[in-house]
Amino acid sequence: MSEPIYRADVLVCAGTSCESSGARSVLAALTEELAKTGLDQEVRIIETGCRGFCSMGPVMIIYPEGVFYCQVKADDVPEIVEETLLKGRIVQRLVFTETESQMTVPYYEDIPFYQKQQRVTLHNCGVIDPTNIDEYIARGGYEALGKALGEMSPQQVIDEVKTSGLRGRGGAGFLTGLKWEFTAKAAGNPKYVVCNADEGDPGAFMDRSLIEGDPHTLLEGMAICGYAVGASDGYVYCRAEYPLAIKHLKIAIEQAEAYGLLGDNVFGTDFSFHVHIKEGAGAFVCGEETALLASIEGRRGEPRPRPPFPAVSGLWAKPTNLNNVKSYANVPQIILRGAEWFSKIGAERSPGTAIFALTGKVLHTGLIEVPMGITLREIIYDIGGGVEGGKKFKAVQTGGPLGGCLPEEQLDLKVDFDSLRQAGAVMGSGGMIVVDEDTCMVEFSKYFLTFATAESCGKCVPCRMGGRRMLELLTKITEGKGTLEDIDEIDSIAAGMAAGSLCSLGQLTPGPILSTLRYFRDEFVAHVTEGRCPAKQCTALVQYYVNPETCKGCGICARNCPVNVIEGGRRQIHIINQDGCIKCGTCLEVCPFDSILKVSGETVEVPTELIPIGTWAK
Amino acid sequence: MLVDQGNKVAEQELDLAPLDEMLDEFAEEHGALIPIMQRTQGIYGYLPQAALRRISERTGAPLSQLYGVATFYAQFSLKPKGRHTVDLCDGTACHVRGMPQIVTALENDLGVKAGDTTEDGRVTLQVVFCLGSCALAPVAVIDGQIVGRLSPQKAVQLVRKLD
Repeated sequence: MSEPIYRADVLVCAGTSCESSGARSVLAALTEELAKTGLDQEVRIIETGCRGFCSMGPVMIIYPEGVFYCQVKADDVPEIVEETLLKGRIVQRLVFTETESQMTVPYYEDIPFYQKQQRVTLHNCGVIDPTNIDEYIARGGYEALGKALGEMSPQQVIDEVKTSGLRGRGGAGFLTGLKWEFTAKAAGNPKYVVCNADEGDPGAFMDRSLIEGDPHTLLEGMAICGYAVGASDGYVYCRAEYPLAIKHLKIAIEQAEAYGLLGDNVFGTDFSFHVHIKEGAGAFVCGEETALLASIEGRRGEPRPRPPFPAVSGLWAKPTNLNNVKSYANVPQIILRGAEWFSKIGAERSPGTAIFALTGKVLHTGLIEVPMGITLREIIYDIGGGVEGGKKFKAVQTGGPLGGCLPEEQLDLKVDFDSLRQAGAVMGSGGMIVVDEDTCMVEFSKYFLTFATAESCGKCVPCRMGGRRMLELLTKITEGKGTLEDIDEIDSIAAGMAAGSLCSLGQLTPGPILSTLRYFRDEFVAHVTEGRCPAKQCTALVQYYVNPETCKGCGICARNCPVNVIEGGRRQIHIINQDGCIKCGTCLEVCPFDSILKVSGETVEVPTELIPIGTWAK
Repeated sequence: MLVDQGNKVAEQELDLAPLDEMLDEFAEEHGALIPIMQRTQGIYGYLPQAALRRISERTGAPLSQLYGVATFYAQFSLKPKGRHTVDLCDGTACHVRGMPQIVTALENDLGVKAGDTTEDGRVTLQVVFCLGSCALAPVAVIDGQIVGRLSPQKAVQLVRKLD
């Protein structure tokens, strides 16, 4: 039986983010509704990977028109089928609306979030069904592998990748082609190809989305690398926290092996390539290459000194090429379209695109791919739609917990490996978190330090002890007990860690604090000298009070207080018992009369016993 | 000490048959300690002492190495978990959107610190770093289900409903 000819395709994003917003129930409703209306032979449903526009999820695109619907619920499905699929009309209430102008944008290609993006690495993501190899092949999939095996020598493949200027997408930015050459030239057999998909940075989900949405691109890139360096086994080391990515990868490996595109005698040649999946068990340091290899071998994921580099002595002490997911995913297109094509995208010394997980206090969060050299301002304002809720922008943090924070003055900085590093941040693997005036930069850097310290493997002293000492000092400062000498002490420990740590986890741990001290020193000083947290976030330096002048005695704050520390009867001025208050801010949120005061570094006079409203006099 | 006295009694009756069956699958594999321990935890919900001893016997890896691996990775637990698991995400996006307040509210409501299980064995409360659902921040995973856009109130209400 041949497949029916469909007149329309409904693409429903089923990536992790859309799935947790309810994409499953939308898909179920859609299948049912199409069957009920008899459209199931005319309209095809395709479950795709991530479309990137996660804050608007679940998202749906209907082709051939390219109608884009946001935040679709199962209840909306009958109307979509009736109006759009049967009558060809747009359901206005599901269309993307620009916040400022209130303009509706019904078509995918016109949506501002996508306008400045350039999808190269993610070109299949959100377009194809990742569990169907035929769709990947229909979009040119495995052609590059065929070309490499049929027309190119391993050295020519390496030269092409070198000429393209592709730099490692794991964050360090080392030339990928050069790394391949080292492994190819290293003595020893067998050799291995390993993919680092241990995306442990909080606030990052680029690798996950790529594997979920287009697993074959990664496999094809790894196979090409295997051919180039002379390896016949590949390992993908993936976080266990990414069950959907692992599932899609397993399906993809099976399908590719069934087609003879992986496994023994790929494309009928002498080249064989087997891919194995290794699930991580939750350790951030395993993102470091030597730690990752130790973990694949079943040991504690502790880094070791380099050299020897993995290219010489890696997995099971054999030559091993290790790259990030995105580095491999760029390779098929470089082989297919040529090094010259790739080197013309993006910035001169950082060709290609960058993928970021744009999150935090930005209006439109999600997964974005932009040409290198774009400015931070374009990313945050043109793509991300600016800071949400009319708040003031304070900083953007790039590079994850080992990266750095950049202030407003740096917004016109061009995004590429070198300029970010110069400004005190790093490219990292691609987390980009925007924070507004409500975030305290001291607390924010303490957060990253808490993470890095908890994840330090403990093998080398500078990282194990340095991180702890700095965390103690920062904790002192956030509690209002710090001194100016503490700030200098942080500088000195940071220098020691950067110089003396065994791996980049320890070397880069001080990054967030140093960049924050560089751009937001006044906030540290306010904590130390005035006992004041300017962002009113450090709980030890913040108090909540009921404003005795405006309290209406309604009791909503008392009823909602999760720790029951607000006293007051009907029409009495309520009092917050400061001793038990956990400073969660619930009262502030729920008070219908804006009568909760949040202060730092100032005192508010309030009644000491319960009195009726309207009777307060200082 | 791998486990406390309380667990030891229960562990004497631990059924090791499913573990042995699983270990057969890995008989030939090189360096499979982590997947073996992941599967073991899948069977028992945590890593019981008796199971670790059996793994040591069968793989030849010393118990000290198993203990080293088990305590290194966040995924492994040497203590039994509660009937319900609440994982609170404190990744950066969740952090800046108010997760610390949610953690405090739940710790107070349950009377346990994050990382522990309530005395009645009802809930295990854990803080994890990034579940990758940053667009829905702050998020928690309650018994495998992701719940997003939480507030301290909403979180407390949801967790109180778990029986």
